[in-house]
Amino acid sequence: MARIIVVTSGKGGVGKTTTSASISTGIAKRGHKTVVIDFDVGLRNLDLIMNCERRVVYDFVNVIQGEASLSQALIRDKRVDTLYILPTSQTKEKEALTKEGVEKVINELSETFDYIICDSPAGIEHGAMMALYYADEAIVVTNPEVSSVRDSDRILGILQSKSRRAEMGQEPVKEHLLLTRYNPDRVARGEMLSVGDVEEILAIPLLGVIPESQIVLNSSNQGLPVILEAESDAGQAYDDAVARLLGEEREQRFMTNQKKGFFSRMFKGG
Amino acid sequence: MSFLDYFRGKKTGSANVAKERLQIIVAHERGQRDQPDYLPQLQQELLAVIRKYVQISDDMVQVEVDRNGSCSVLELNVTLPER
Repeated sequence: MARIIVVTSGKGGVGKTTTSASISTGIAKRGHKTVVIDFDVGLRNLDLIMNCERRVVYDFVNVIQGEASLSQALIRDKRVDTLYILPTSQTKEKEALTKEGVEKVINELSETFDYIICDSPAGIEHGAMMALYYADEAIVVTNPEVSSVRDSDRILGILQSKSRRAEMGQEPVKEHLLLTRYNPDRVARGEMLSVGDVEEILAIPLLGVIPESQIVLNSSNQGLPVILEAESDAGQAYDDAVARLLGEEREQRFMTNQKKGFFSRMFKGG
Repeated sequence: MSFLDYFRGKKTGSANVAKERLQIIVAHERGQRDQPDYLPQLQQELLAVIRKYVQISDDMVQVEVDRNGSCSVLELNVTLPER
């Protein structure tokens, strides 16, 4: 049985696809057979972030509609050989993702994969509902900002009432908070909600904190998941999050600004 | 931030305003989340009926469902204007 994990947020632009790319790459790098599915029908972007946009022939909707087999649609990652990408359709209607169709594909993937990562579209419309419906776990990507936190709370409510686990009365979807675009300096100045503030409001366990970093744009420009930038703070923060997701204990990092001494502040204008 | 605040480590930014506002709106929305879908319409129709007899404003009728284990209680609260 595969672990089915949805990456969701409600609000757009908080880093769902960036997170899906890095988390799936990180899990696969540890030797687990992993597939990452793009649920954003009509606004396909995971392929760009994963640098396989020119290798897309068939997609998720083709498989659902019986126009292609799964093995025809799955794209094997060029960097990590246990990682596969299932791109979505750029032209079909969102409603092409039927509950039965999605279930069929997920069941078939479950037979051969250890992890299925579902990259949700923004919003709470059909595509987002389909992405979270079959999930065992949810990574709720949140920015330390009022609209994102409120939307995350809304998504948590939907996970608790509209997911298959909720409808079947099974054990609830396991929730993880991933705080992204975190700026410890602004938090220290009291200009940004702290990790503690967001944890207190949403009341779900913290998976990790990804610091705001220029490397994220740099790596998306090149189609490289941030986690592969192993030297960078954001890359390491994603690696920590993956380790925790797989049950490892890792202390939280990147939550405080690197304290500069009085002299370095004087001389470097810090 | 004033010079002295820097040494006191006092936070004067807007983050605590954000936190307070979020706590209020999130608590409010969670309260509504568990309510049945028909409540807003029920409230509107009750208002219309009561208005046939007494002039009241929208916020003077409150409808809530309280769940206690296996039984639910529909609580209706109507505030009549002072005579």
